[in-house]
Amino acid sequence: MAVYRRTYTSYSGPLTPAWSRSLVLLRYSRRKLFQSKLQTALFVLCFFYPLACLLVIYAAHNLSFLQGFGGVAEFVKIDNKFFLYFIEVQGVLGFVLTAFTGPGLISPDLANGALPLYLCRPFSRAEYILGKASVLAIMLSQITWIPGLVLFAVQSSLAGAGWAWDHLWIAGSMVLSSVLWIIVLSLLAMALSAWVKWRVVAGALLLGVMFFGAGFAQAINAVLRTQVGHFLNIVYLMGTVWTSLFRVDMEGKITPSEAWTALLIYCAICLALLVRRVRAYEVVK
Amino acid sequence: MRFGKREILKDLTCSLRGRAIGLLGPNGAGKSTLINTLLGFYKPTHGSARVLGSDIRTETRRIRSLVGYMPENDAFISKMSAVSFVQMMAELCGLPPSAALERAHEALFCVGLAEARYRELGTYSLGMKQLAKLAQAIAHGPKLLILDEPTNGLDPSARQRMIRMIADIRDSRQLQIVLCSHLLRDVEDTCEEVLILNQGRLAHYSNLEEERKANKRFLELETYGANGDFTEAIEKLGCECAVMANRLKMILPDGVEVRDIYRIAAERQVRIRRLNFRRDTLEDIFLKAMGS
Repeated sequence: MAVYRRTYTSYSGPLTPAWSRSLVLLRYSRRKLFQSKLQTALFVLCFFYPLACLLVIYAAHNLSFLQGFGGVAEFVKIDNKFFLYFIEVQGVLGFVLTAFTGPGLISPDLANGALPLYLCRPFSRAEYILGKASVLAIMLSQITWIPGLVLFAVQSSLAGAGWAWDHLWIAGSMVLSSVLWIIVLSLLAMALSAWVKWRVVAGALLLGVMFFGAGFAQAINAVLRTQVGHFLNIVYLMGTVWTSLFRVDMEGKITPSEAWTALLIYCAICLALLVRRVRAYEVVK
Repeated sequence: MRFGKREILKDLTCSLRGRAIGLLGPNGAGKSTLINTLLGFYKPTHGSARVLGSDIRTETRRIRSLVGYMPENDAFISKMSAVSFVQMMAELCGLPPSAALERAHEALFCVGLAEARYRELGTYSLGMKQLAKLAQAIAHGPKLLILDEPTNGLDPSARQRMIRMIADIRDSRQLQIVLCSHLLRDVEDTCEEVLILNQGRLAHYSNLEEERKANKRFLELETYGANGDFTEAIEKLGCECAVMANRLKMILPDGVEVRDIYRIAAERQVRIRRLNFRRDTLEDIFLKAMGS
C-alpha cells in the first residue's frame, strides 16, 4: 500500500463496469448489517423453521411408525397447505427482520446528508434505490423462497418425479408469493426509512403500518358495515393473494385480483415517496 | 435556472479555463445552485453548459465520473470508519476494491487524517469532517475538484491547514479546482481566477493576477533627502505626483518602470525608505463588481 505518498496523485488504473456500482452499496450495507449481533441472531433464527420442515418431510417419508398413526400422518401431509403455511411463517419472520433492517438503510444517509456524496458520482438515484433494496431482497429471499425451493426439491426427490411434475405449480407459487411479499416489504420499509430520519421511529412506523393498519381496517369495517377496510390491511391483502396462489379455499371478503391491484397501488405509492425523497438536494419552490 | 417562479441563475455566459477558479458572491447569489446545476442535480430551464467538454443535460454520468465534489453541509455516514467511507465512495466512482482501499489511505494521508482514519466519522470534530469530505472528493482522482465553502465552521488554524491543502492540490497541476466561497480571503489565497455572481447574474470575471498587475501602477514612496528637484524629475517622466511631507504618491504611466524611479533617486542621492505598490485587493474587486 502506497501510504508513503502524501501528496495528491491522479488515478489512471482500470475501472469497474457501470452496472456493478449498485453491488458496492449492497456489499457495504450487508457488511454493516451483520455487524449487529442481534441482527445476525435473528437471521439465523429464521432458518430454524425451514430445518424443522425439512425434518418433517424426511419423517413423512422415512418413519414407518408414522403410518400407524393416521392422524399424525394426515397432519404431516406434504401438500400445497404445507408450503403455504411455510411461506406464511417465513413471511412473518421476514417482516420482523425487515422491521430491524429496513429503517437503517436510508435514514442514516439522510440524517447525515450523505445523499449528495452518492449522487455526485456516476451513480443514479435508481441505482441507489436498487442497491439498498437488493440488501432486503437478498436477505428475505434467503429465508423465504430459496429454502422453500430446497424443501420442494427434497420432497420431490423423496416422493418421486410424478409428484414433482404434478405439483410444480407449488414451486412457482412459492417464488411468486415470496417475491411479492419481498417487494411490498422492501418498498414500504425504504419509503418509511426515507421519510423518517430516526431509525427507531422508522421501525416503529413499519410495525404501525402493519398492525395499526389492520386494526384501523377492522374498525372501518365494523363502523361503516363495509368490506372496504380490508384494502387498508396489507396483511389481509397478502393473505388473499397467497391463498389464491396456493389454490387453498378461503372465505375471502375481497377477490384475489382486487388484492393484487391494491398491493400494486401500495408499491407504486411507496416508490413515488421514495423517488421524491432520494435526491441530492431538496428543491424549495 | 428557475425554481418555481423564482429565477436563480440568469444571463450567465462565461468560459472558465483557469487552474483554480473562485466562485464568489454574497449569500443567495446562486453559487451553490450553479454548482448543483453543473453536477446535474438540477435541470436547467434553458441554456446549456459544458463541463470538461461534456454537456450537463446529456452527459451527466461522464461529468460526475470526472468531478470530485465536496458539499457545503455535513455529509458523512456516522457509523463508518473514515477509510471505509472513502473507499466506498471511490468504489462508487468505479475503482476496483483493492485500488479504492489504497487510494482511500492515500487520500486520508494527503488531507492529514492518517492517524484518525480508522475512527468512526461520527466521532470526528467539524474540522476533521471537512477534511474527510475533501478526502472522498479526491480519492478517485478527479479532473475537476468542486469545493463548496470548504472552510465553513473551521477555526483559524484549521482554516489555514485547509487552504494550504487546497493550494498543494492546485500546485500538483493534476486537476482544476472550482472553489465556491463567500470568504474573499479563501479565494484570494487559493485561486487564480475569480467569477463573481450577484443575484444570479455574472457580475465580474477576471484573472486575479492580471487584475493585480493592472493595478500595479499606483506607487507610494517614503523618502529621505528628497526635494523639489526629485519630484520635478519624476513628473518629467510623465508621473502624476502628490507630495505629503516625506511621502510621495504617484501613478506610473505606461513605459515607466520602478527602476526609473530608483535611477532618479540614485542620481539625486535621495534615499528611498519604503516603496509600496498600491494593489487592488480582491475585496476592492468584489465591491466594485457589487457596485456595478
